[in-house]
Amino acid sequence: MSEPVSVTVLPGAAPRRLPGLPRALRGWVLPLLLLLLWWLAVSLGWSKSPLLVPVSQVWHTAVEQTVSGELWRALRSSLWRDLLGFAIGASAGLIFGTVLGLSRLFESLLGPSFHTLKQISLFAWIPLLSVWFGLGDAAKVAFLSLAAFFPVVLNTFEGIRSVAPELIEVGRVFEFSRWQMLRRVVLPSALPSVFAGIHLGLIYAWLATLGAEYLLVSGQGIGNTLIDGREHFKMDLVLFGVIVVGLVGFALNWLASQLEHRLLAWRGRSVAQYE
Amino acid sequence: MSQTLRLPDGALAQAAPAPGAPVAGALPGEQVRLLRLLHRAGRALRPWLLPWAVPLLLLLLWWVAARQGWIAPQVLPSPEDVGTTLVDLVRSGEMADNLWISAQRVLFGFGVGASAGLLLGVGMGLSPRFKDYVYPLFKAFSQVPVLGWLPLLMLLVGIDEALKIILISKAALVPVALNTAKGIENVPNRYVEVARVFGFTRWQLLSRVVFPSAAAPIWNGIRYGLTHAWLALVVVELLASSEGLGFMIVYGRQLFQLDVVMAAVIVVGAVGFALDKVLALIELRLLRWRRVGF
Repeated sequence: MSEPVSVTVLPGAAPRRLPGLPRALRGWVLPLLLLLLWWLAVSLGWSKSPLLVPVSQVWHTAVEQTVSGELWRALRSSLWRDLLGFAIGASAGLIFGTVLGLSRLFESLLGPSFHTLKQISLFAWIPLLSVWFGLGDAAKVAFLSLAAFFPVVLNTFEGIRSVAPELIEVGRVFEFSRWQMLRRVVLPSALPSVFAGIHLGLIYAWLATLGAEYLLVSGQGIGNTLIDGREHFKMDLVLFGVIVVGLVGFALNWLASQLEHRLLAWRGRSVAQYE
Repeated sequence: MSQTLRLPDGALAQAAPAPGAPVAGALPGEQVRLLRLLHRAGRALRPWLLPWAVPLLLLLLWWVAARQGWIAPQVLPSPEDVGTTLVDLVRSGEMADNLWISAQRVLFGFGVGASAGLLLGVGMGLSPRFKDYVYPLFKAFSQVPVLGWLPLLMLLVGIDEALKIILISKAALVPVALNTAKGIENVPNRYVEVARVFGFTRWQLLSRVVFPSAAAPIWNGIRYGLTHAWLALVVVELLASSEGLGFMIVYGRQLFQLDVVMAAVIVVGAVGFALDKVLALIELRLLRWRRVGF
């Protein structure tokens, strides 16, 4: 019903005097302008602030961090925690969401409690978790699991609840056992929603990784690198850290959508088969 | 799947013999009727009673654990302590003061971020050219989470109010802009064609076709925006603040007064819940006209 056709209400899209840039290049204009402005600000000495570091210095820091292995150490500990917490939280979330979706009894027993807990802003858990699990990795991983848990549960639950009744009926006609019904009807049909939850969980876990490293300052990690940079007024280090954080987020996002695409590829085929 | 756990209607009646049937050990008709009534009442009340079972059980466990001293009060204060602290904080006005400060920050930051997000989203939605130029930078900007920008901004603007407002605005801006742009782009072309046939002016096209049709996704963006703003507020206050709800949590944690921490966490949750509910109510109002058609 909704073809993604642009509305083009404003002038300028269709008839325009100026030829304009090719579309592929347009996205580079603003970033390059910003970079130019930055470079000009440094080389013309507009500001004496030590925060205005030259572009080249950021590059130097980047190279130095990469070559000395500092970056990899930080990234490794961050990512390891991230993935461990995500794995724990997402598995627990999958189980909990499935049970919640399959059983009305469990839903009425635990659903409201879950929805209430979900309202608590994620990071508000950190101080409590730090008392219960200490300031080390255990608290961080517990927090990351929590961050991944909520979106996975919600989406799994909703995916299972919205399995079309017709599919269940077909399963009944075939006299599927409960396990077969779950394995062949409910889970495949709920899979896209489940993946959406996992995807969200992955993003939340990354966000939480940073938050945990800021708030539970101990050990290594990319968040600690950023905090260090800020404390020592090293703008180059902070900028480099921001870029790394963005890139990792981007990579995780990309990985999740690739995986989703791969694993859900059968859906397209199966539809084609029945057409 | 769910039906398997439900008792079929009148299962009890079938199990019990018919009234008056001379079966040994059978219940008299009166009792069967009473049982059936109880069964029905239980089933009617179940949706209201069941949700309380687990929280009450946990509360009981918590209470017993605290009372028996299984867990040190520094690690888990008793529910009464948390309750009294909450009441004290509310009575003394301390809670209200901090809540008010947090609310101001959220509303102001959200206002700035959502307006900017709306403008950006409308621009990107209406003009593909504008989108071509702006979207990649926007995407890169939104890829770094609020927490990633925090140290950078701390260096640039310090840890004052400006930091909080900027970060909260950023948190609100991204979902509002994305959803607005998507909503406008997905306005069905047929609607625009109808408007063209009617000879609508550009303003009429926008106000009567494009915005009403994109209202639901835009509103969704606003809801997400407010949720994210609230999340960002708590983080910022946890990290850099000397007042507000987040500060109360940190402060309580530092003094090992977990009752204060828990009281503040409860309020944070309650406000998040209230914000969500209020927005859902407004949505019902605002988008009421949409329901008529279906």
